Amino acid sequence: MYHSWWFQLLIILLTVNIVVCSIDRLSTTWKIVFIKKPPFILSKFRNRADNEYHVDSRSSGQLKDIYEPFVSKGFGYIRTEQTDKGYCIFAEKWRWARLGVYGVHLSIVLLLMGALIGSFFGFDGYVNIPEGEVVNSIRIRNPGRAEALDFGILCEDFNVSFYDSGTPKEFRSSLTIIEDGKPVFKKDIVVNDPLRYKGINIFQSSYGPLPPKEATLNFTSRKTGKEYKKKALVGQQIDIPENVGKFVLKDYANSYKFRGQPIGEAFIGILTDNNGSSVEVVLSLRFPNFNRMQKGDMVVSVSEYDQRYYTGLQVTKDPGVWIVYSGFIILIIGCYITFFMSHQRLCIDIEKKGKKCRVMVSGTANKNKLGMQNKIKRISEKLIDLKHST
Amino acid sequence: MNSSFLLSITTFIYGLAAFLYIAFWVFKKPLPGRLATWTVFLAVICNTIGIIMRWVESYRLGIGHAPLSNLYESLIFFSWTIAVVYLVIEKKYGNRIIGAFTTPLAFLTMAYASMSPNISDQIQPLLPALKSNWLIAHVMACFIGYAAFAIAFGMSCMYLFKQRDTEEKNNLLAHFPNTKILEELNHQMIMFGFLFLTTGIITGAVWANSAWGRYWGWDPKETWSLITWFIYATLLHARMMRGWGGKRIAYLSILGFIAVLFTYFGVNYLPGLHSYGAS
Repeated sequence: MYHSWWFQLLIILLTVNIVVCSIDRLSTTWKIVFIKKPPFILSKFRNRADNEYHVDSRSSGQLKDIYEPFVSKGFGYIRTEQTDKGYCIFAEKWRWARLGVYGVHLSIVLLLMGALIGSFFGFDGYVNIPEGEVVNSIRIRNPGRAEALDFGILCEDFNVSFYDSGTPKEFRSSLTIIEDGKPVFKKDIVVNDPLRYKGINIFQSSYGPLPPKEATLNFTSRKTGKEYKKKALVGQQIDIPENVGKFVLKDYANSYKFRGQPIGEAFIGILTDNNGSSVEVVLSLRFPNFNRMQKGDMVVSVSEYDQRYYTGLQVTKDPGVWIVYSGFIILIIGCYITFFMSHQRLCIDIEKKGKKCRVMVSGTANKNKLGMQNKIKRISEKLIDLKHST
Repeated sequence: MNSSFLLSITTFIYGLAAFLYIAFWVFKKPLPGRLATWTVFLAVICNTIGIIMRWVESYRLGIGHAPLSNLYESLIFFSWTIAVVYLVIEKKYGNRIIGAFTTPLAFLTMAYASMSPNISDQIQPLLPALKSNWLIAHVMACFIGYAAFAIAFGMSCMYLFKQRDTEEKNNLLAHFPNTKILEELNHQMIMFGFLFLTTGIITGAVWANSAWGRYWGWDPKETWSLITWFIYATLLHARMMRGWGGKRIAYLSILGFIAVLFTYFGVNYLPGLHSYGAS
């Protein structure tokens, strides 16, 4: 579904939607953000209801000289203008924070573009490699087709380890990349630590058992009670000790059903006696004495065998992933700027009233207005404190 | 004493704190209020020690990992974040009635973790898929986000109660913060939560890409976290672009928290890659 044409079309439409809406709004914001001289309208500040006022006995010029360095510490831009009755200090900061939301939108567009590039030019496939074998192509998950690789992947070894409780602890595949018949790159991969080669990523994803190629068999004679051990390759006929007949390991089953009962992993063998009549025997690996139930001169069981595995690898290519990642970074930074940084403007109006001065502290912010109110209060209190310390 | 025992005690301390906050709210006496703050503070300390002990215990078992790997551990961390974020708000805004609406959430979360028979408090070894440095960043970011949304949910409920009482007749609502502050706090919490949910989804995506080779796989939890993200994104746009406020935002915030709960619990009943968070 996520690779279907209509899903891709929806993503393109969503991208266009975000771009158009953002440009529409950005044209207004752009004019506000990119100006040489920020405008301040004193009357607008004076008319605000949440202004803080205090009275100071020094002259307006003195106060201006005390306040200016204090304000410039907290604000990037500062400008003082003379009014009819004193001075007015304007200051502002984070004007550019108004652009934060466009950063967020840009990041969403990057995510969508990266996703599209990935779905057009990347692939998501898998391959199972038996231990000791090399593959040169993989299966693509969606749609199901084969994809040839420029190199071969050799699985030298696969190991699975377990905790005491029986839950899996680690899956490890030793992989070698083979190009032109020569090994060029080696790496042991585990879950969360993939192999990356030429833009293709190889991940540990599953594993499974393979039919063993050989087993050590145990022959117990019913007559003499003697035990014999013999190695047998699957498909190869061997002589049974004491010259009783021949035996061949025919097959291996992961979950064998004996008379409808599942008995798990089992070898299937054929016992042929010297008269030429043969009988099929099931050598259960879970119940080594299983074969005792069957008649015959020799009881056969499996004493040892080498478990072989295949490793299941996820093989992906996604040229869009770096665009998506850059989108991720911009998204987090953009959200932070959008939510927690606002364009703050401060106005300190020093007005001569008789022999004293009345100081008004006023401010606005495009976001978090409650926070700005508190900030105005704090600034006003600090200005009063400045009076005492100097 | 082991961590599970300490965390069970913590549950009761949270319960006591919730009780004291509600008593403070109903009886309007300052003493239970002050006691409540100290109690929740004590609960946070016990909760913290419990988490650290669990971390240490996992190393003693030879399977050391951060205690963020299953439902029990995530619930413990969830109530810890709710309580910590609440304490910050109490310090900042000085209103203890909010505690009557948020500490019960921390208590219920802990109680669910400690008492539900379906949740094992055993320290389990880490599955291969979880062995990554992204585990801590991903889970922490998600749960800080969830906790902020939980508190926003509490504020929205308070707002809905308060705004009905325009004539200020109801005695129980008299000491609620006024609707303006509740609205603003709700908004602050949602922005805070949104930033962390975003970070949580992103760290999860980066982790998925390093573990499975794709940053997005439409796993039920991924899909639902995206739905949650869309709900809160809608809320933020409605408020900032359309000037929505009041009841509509409160309802959206409640809807968002329902989506959070479904992302957290409901998704566990669907098959998917996050199944280790289910037990």
